[in-house]
Amino acid sequence: MSTASLQLDAHGRLKHFLSIEGLNNQLLIDILDTAESFAGVTEQTVKKVPLLRGKTIVNLFFEASTRTRTTFELAAKRLSADVLNINITQSSAVKGETLLDTLRNLEAMHVDMFVVRHTDSGAAHFIANHAAPHVSVINAGDGRHAHPTQALLDIFTIRRVKGPDFGRLRVAIVGDILHSRVARSQIHALNLLNTGDIRIVAPKTLVPAYAESLGVHVYHDLEAGIEAADVIIMLRLQRERMQGALLPSEHEYYELFGVTEEKLAVASPDVTIMHPGPINRGVEMDSEVADGSRSVILEQVTHGIAVRMAVMSMAMHHQKKVTQ
Amino acid sequence: MNEIDNIPGMLDNMAHELAELLKKGNRDNPAMVGIHTGGVWVAEQLHRKLGLSDPLGSLDISFYRDDFTRIGMNPVVRPSQLPFGIDDRHIILVDDVLHTGRTIRAAMNELFDYGRPASILLATLVERDGRELPVQANVVGSHIRLSATQHIKLLGPDPLRLEIKQES
Amino acid sequence: MMTSSTQHPDRIRISGGRVIDPANNLDAVLDVFVADGNIAAVGTPPDGFIADHEIDASGRIVCPGLVDLCARTREPGQEHKATIASESLAAASGGITTLCCPPDTYPVVETPADIELIRLRAEAAGKARVVTLGALTRGLDGEYLSEMAALKKAGCVGVSNALRPLANTQVLRRALEYAATFDLTVFLYADDHWLSANGCAHEGKVATRMGLPGIPQAAETAAIARDLALVEQTGVRAHFCRLSTARAAHMVARAQFDGLPVTADVAIPYLYLTEIDIREFDSNCHVIPPLRTTEDRQRLRDAVQRGIFSAICSDHQPHDPDAKLRPFPSTEPGISGLDTLLPLGLRLVDEQVMKLGELIHRLTAGPARILGLPGGTLAVGSAADICIFDPELTWLLDPSTIKSHGHNTPFMGWELKGRATHTLLAGRLVHTL
Repeated sequence: MSTASLQLDAHGRLKHFLSIEGLNNQLLIDILDTAESFAGVTEQTVKKVPLLRGKTIVNLFFEASTRTRTTFELAAKRLSADVLNINITQSSAVKGETLLDTLRNLEAMHVDMFVVRHTDSGAAHFIANHAAPHVSVINAGDGRHAHPTQALLDIFTIRRVKGPDFGRLRVAIVGDILHSRVARSQIHALNLLNTGDIRIVAPKTLVPAYAESLGVHVYHDLEAGIEAADVIIMLRLQRERMQGALLPSEHEYYELFGVTEEKLAVASPDVTIMHPGPINRGVEMDSEVADGSRSVILEQVTHGIAVRMAVMSMAMHHQKKVTQ
Repeated sequence: MNEIDNIPGMLDNMAHELAELLKKGNRDNPAMVGIHTGGVWVAEQLHRKLGLSDPLGSLDISFYRDDFTRIGMNPVVRPSQLPFGIDDRHIILVDDVLHTGRTIRAAMNELFDYGRPASILLATLVERDGRELPVQANVVGSHIRLSATQHIKLLGPDPLRLEIKQES
Repeated sequence: MMTSSTQHPDRIRISGGRVIDPANNLDAVLDVFVADGNIAAVGTPPDGFIADHEIDASGRIVCPGLVDLCARTREPGQEHKATIASESLAAASGGITTLCCPPDTYPVVETPADIELIRLRAEAAGKARVVTLGALTRGLDGEYLSEMAALKKAGCVGVSNALRPLANTQVLRRALEYAATFDLTVFLYADDHWLSANGCAHEGKVATRMGLPGIPQAAETAAIARDLALVEQTGVRAHFCRLSTARAAHMVARAQFDGLPVTADVAIPYLYLTEIDIREFDSNCHVIPPLRTTEDRQRLRDAVQRGIFSAICSDHQPHDPDAKLRPFPSTEPGISGLDTLLPLGLRLVDEQVMKLGELIHRLTAGPARILGLPGGTLAVGSAADICIFDPELTWLLDPSTIKSHGHNTPFMGWELKGRATHTLLAGRLVHTL
């Protein structure tokens, strides 16, 4: 089943939210607009709306993550839903239940939505394919494949800062593209919005095979890659990359690909700096850039809640139609 | 001239009735809240006529509608703004058209999420038949009877004008 | 009339079929006569031959029973997936009379007792011959040599380390030399396990888009280059199993041209499917080696037609449902292939990839030769392992028609053309449709 037919219902509305791939341009814009309404809610005194009252949302995390789990939890609670957090480490999964059994057991407790994070690419698709008809699945990150809510909050942020015309934007994504589900989702989203120029910047060891086929230009030199860039998105470099012989050291990475005020001189004068977090100061960028006026890293975090509220309520909206 | 064509007249009467109700009920220092969008336009006028001290509050009840799922997510939702506390206040809730009563129920639910008012008075510019919930207005600009396929709508903000449309 | 029993098999006349026997350059409408479990004659009946019964093969093709170069029965050790009994039955329904199993069972095939166990189980089931490859190294652990002489004596048809890595090239070299001492063919899986580490899909556009850990082409070609160098060094007879890349086909062709004793096969799914068939994480397309590109598929087809690959096998890997009911990277790789070997092979002929005679060679004489077995032929005096099939019969592959216990195939739901109507094993009818 294609992603479009799996995550959308017969009327083209969101049923699951698994990846940016399979969405169309208009639906993407609708999600962003809906997130705008929810952004207002989080700025109010009463930060809750009763939209998902009585609904149970399960954060099913097979991969540890406090930060993503917290934002999903907060988003669900602001929608007045009940939240259940289930962390399944690899070892207990190996010892115990199959993924399907875990799913069935939770469904037997009448939950309405799963927010899933897993180390395997395709895990969210798998769960959506096997979930009961009234249950919605939100992908909180599957292997290297996709992290669609992160991409959403990134383009939501870009839209707020640069306006809705992505066609005139030059966006550079810097870092470990090979292992990054965030980068893949961002690239799909930027392409869906007809972004003028999408660039990835990384050493060859961190660029996936046939990367151009994703709809990007590939650069191995930071200066060339961020030249005249309007937005620079930095990806987090994981310590493990030194193992597996992908990089010699964080030091050399910082020398070549770390963003500093100095290196930003070649970018557009009002370049926006973004990072999905958490930041490795002194590796992806220095503190001056991270905390500087061009950085919107903290805004990204705030927007993350509105965007997740939007996606959860839109998918749950479909559910009500099923059970009616 | 039809009664509903004389909106300034209706508003004057409403302000007058409200002032009386407030005095009779000893409702001191009331605060006014208008319901987006038409209710806010009406409330702006009433707020001015009554000379209330607190600024006007506004509610967008989209997230509180019980038919939210049937009409779907409306992406353009303005945040509610209540520049005063609700606890122990006498609130004047203002809307443009009272029809089924669901909007008022949603508005009251939302108000109670903000705090516990001492009392709520409902003022509406137009009251028409077709109530589905046991809701009534305290102050009405004009009562009107319409068929099931007719709809009345307030256009504005300047000038304010009531329009009756026939659903085809 | 003679009475039939297992001691004295029936005398059978197979009449009116188109006999295709590539081992003997035969393609003609002829009768085939079976007696005492062997081919008694082809064409004219032997003197005084009276058939106990007759099989009408008009409109059908009569060929040697298919020889499947690689099929896993999962016994011993994984009987929850499949057994020798269930899979030899599936083989017989697919016209396959000989299966060769790799040694990676549980326990590994590394003692005469292991070989004996499999042989006895197969005989008890009585539906197909099951031959085995013995372990190249002890436990397939890649460090110590196995007792290859004993294994050969017990009847293994070759040795292999299956998909398990060998510690280093020195161990590999010694293992090849030792095998050569006893004139054993070594069945090599071309896989550099460091380059393919954790990969589950071809390192290409599809894996990049889907974020699946990739197995680069070099994982196969680097291993072949190393192995060919050692074949040259040691003079061992080597067979490359289930090649997946165009480059590999080219390297094998070159080696054959240079006179090295090298053969190779391809598994039939690789002649149809490519990386694109993974679609949205279809775990039925999780296979090792991975499905490659359309260019690779085209070159593999060419290589099969030209005989660079002298055998097509099923690479049958039946699984229990749980093995595939997980996110893609966590699923066990492999396709259940016994049921589809013949019809998918015939489809290649329909698509004009190769001629019918060439196909049947790759399914009979070719693999028999690689295994050093007397089968894959209808020569007079050879065992009457015969496949009779209707090339025009269309049928749907679905859970009710598939005979293997493994339902893990991306061809499920396909309409197939071509089906075995009769299969004879040593002159005994082991399958009728």
